[in-house]
Amino acid sequence: MKKLIVLGIALIGLPLALQAADQMFYVSFASRVLIYALAATSLNLVLGYGGMISFGHAAFVGAGAYVASICLAEGVSSAWIGWPAAVAAAALLAWLIGALSLRTRGVYFIMITLAFAQMMYYLVNSMKAYGGDEGLSLPGRASLGFDLGNEIAFYYVVLFILAAVIFLLHRLVHSRFGRVIAAIRENEARAAAVGLPVFRYQLACFVIAGAAGGLAGALLASHGKYVNPGVLHWVQSGTLMIMVILGGVGRLWGGVIGAAVLLGLEHVIADYPLPWLAQLYPNYPQHANLGVGLVLLAIVLFAPQGIAGLLSRKRHAQA
Amino acid sequence: LSWILIVEQALNGLQFGLMLFLLAAGLTLVFGIMDMINLAHGSLYMLGAFVASTLVALTGSFTAGVLLAIPATALLAMLLEVSVLRTLYERDHLSQVLATFALILILNEVVRLAWGSDAALPMPAALSGPVQLLPGLQYPAYRLLIIGVGLAIAVLLYFLVTRTRIGMLVRAGASNREMALAMGVNIQWLFTAVFGAGAALCAVAGALLGPLFAVQVGMGENILILAFVVIVIGGIGSIRGALVGALLVGMVDTVGRAFLPILFGHFLQPRVASAAGPAIASVSIYLLMAVVLYFRPKGLFPARG
Repeated sequence: MKKLIVLGIALIGLPLALQAADQMFYVSFASRVLIYALAATSLNLVLGYGGMISFGHAAFVGAGAYVASICLAEGVSSAWIGWPAAVAAAALLAWLIGALSLRTRGVYFIMITLAFAQMMYYLVNSMKAYGGDEGLSLPGRASLGFDLGNEIAFYYVVLFILAAVIFLLHRLVHSRFGRVIAAIRENEARAAAVGLPVFRYQLACFVIAGAAGGLAGALLASHGKYVNPGVLHWVQSGTLMIMVILGGVGRLWGGVIGAAVLLGLEHVIADYPLPWLAQLYPNYPQHANLGVGLVLLAIVLFAPQGIAGLLSRKRHAQA
Repeated sequence: LSWILIVEQALNGLQFGLMLFLLAAGLTLVFGIMDMINLAHGSLYMLGAFVASTLVALTGSFTAGVLLAIPATALLAMLLEVSVLRTLYERDHLSQVLATFALILILNEVVRLAWGSDAALPMPAALSGPVQLLPGLQYPAYRLLIIGVGLAIAVLLYFLVTRTRIGMLVRAGASNREMALAMGVNIQWLFTAVFGAGAALCAVAGALLGPLFAVQVGMGENILILAFVVIVIGGIGSIRGALVGALLVGMVDTVGRAFLPILFGHFLQPRVASAAGPAIASVSIYLLMAVVLYFRPKGLFPARG
């Protein structure tokens, strides 16, 4: 609890400190990290708590991003309309995709969720009225009644939403619903045998995660004032999955840690060249993904429980 | 809408389907036997195309270059299997996804460092012209070559898997890995061999498709998803399923792209048809997969009983 308060104070103070240091770029960067943390956390609900390996989460993030963007492009600038619409659309899509996909198991489930996400990707690609493959530039950010164009105000809104979602997730996984979901993950046949409606619980979990993903998408579109079909591409689903695995599957803070580490790593490798390496090979920041890939590989091979697992293992060792 | 166009598009579909089969065959075996999700399979396809481009330039002969690229790619893949992938077989699917996703990033950058973002792989001059198949039906010679090679490899694989001892071990591994182990099959050797063979097939596809599509970094990523769709439709672990699935996907994709816009033009306004046609065509294979999985959740030819 003490740690949580420290973290909270640090996150609240962060933009003010950055503003004082004249580093406004990092306020925007921090917002991006928090939005990805929200998207990864929503995936962690299905993936980690529900045990359903969905490889199509970008579909829900993308649906939210596009619905929120279309609202803005059509002149509806109120976030009180655009964001709930994005959440509703993502939830509806998750219900449709989930109802079909949850008939399958294992690798087939992974692949069918991927296939549905790719379908959405191609559909969005062909929406010529909203930019098609070139994407859609937005006139500005959505408005909550006050101006979100201010980076610091936007940061606090994102932080508030992320904190609320993590609190709700915490409550959810410790509720009866969470216990049932965990029981199904651990042993589906047994859960069905004691009379739990497995399909309905899994679908509900899938829809809640999709809705939260849609909210992340709406924030993402507002943040960049731009959206393109790339948010629905399978590599995006893969990246979200990487964040979850990196941070810790089925751990409350897994998505947040994963998003921060992955985006931070990409940024540091690309924008802070090591002097000795730059001397040896001046173009190396262009190959930042090589470093990211090697770090990811090292984590799989040497830290199977993700970073959250690594941290808590250390704590156990001390105790 | 003439019969020539229909035959032409059917041949294009066959050609694309056979190349997908080469990718899917390796993927389905790795998946079926080792129970391993290898997202980096598309990277082997890319590697094969780049290696072929260098070897074709070095030897000055398309045939020699491609024939040398096949064992070279297989060798690189086997090194990869022994050094990294082998440790992943025991891990869960999530770890495999993360590790092989990392491998995609690494291999993309390694290729970019070694070759740059793209490479030239020109079509052999002797095959660049059309051939007259029937009166009035001209078809590119190079595409015919691809069809021929694809069919030959499909037949070869069929005999290898159904009629030889190695094929028997492969089928045993795919249908019940533990039982095969218990019967004393040297799984480790078999895994490396199967992985190398899968990479060799990738190299064939990469080298042959190189002159038609661009040889560039990232070329493996979209075709990888198609290969996954193929093996899920066909049933994981089944070579027969991979062939049927690949031909289905190749046909539906090619024919859909060619004819759906025309078909839509007959009963929709031109403006709507020109937008909806390509959109529906590009999602058609995913629709096909969803329909197949809805009725047959384990694919058309499940390898495991």
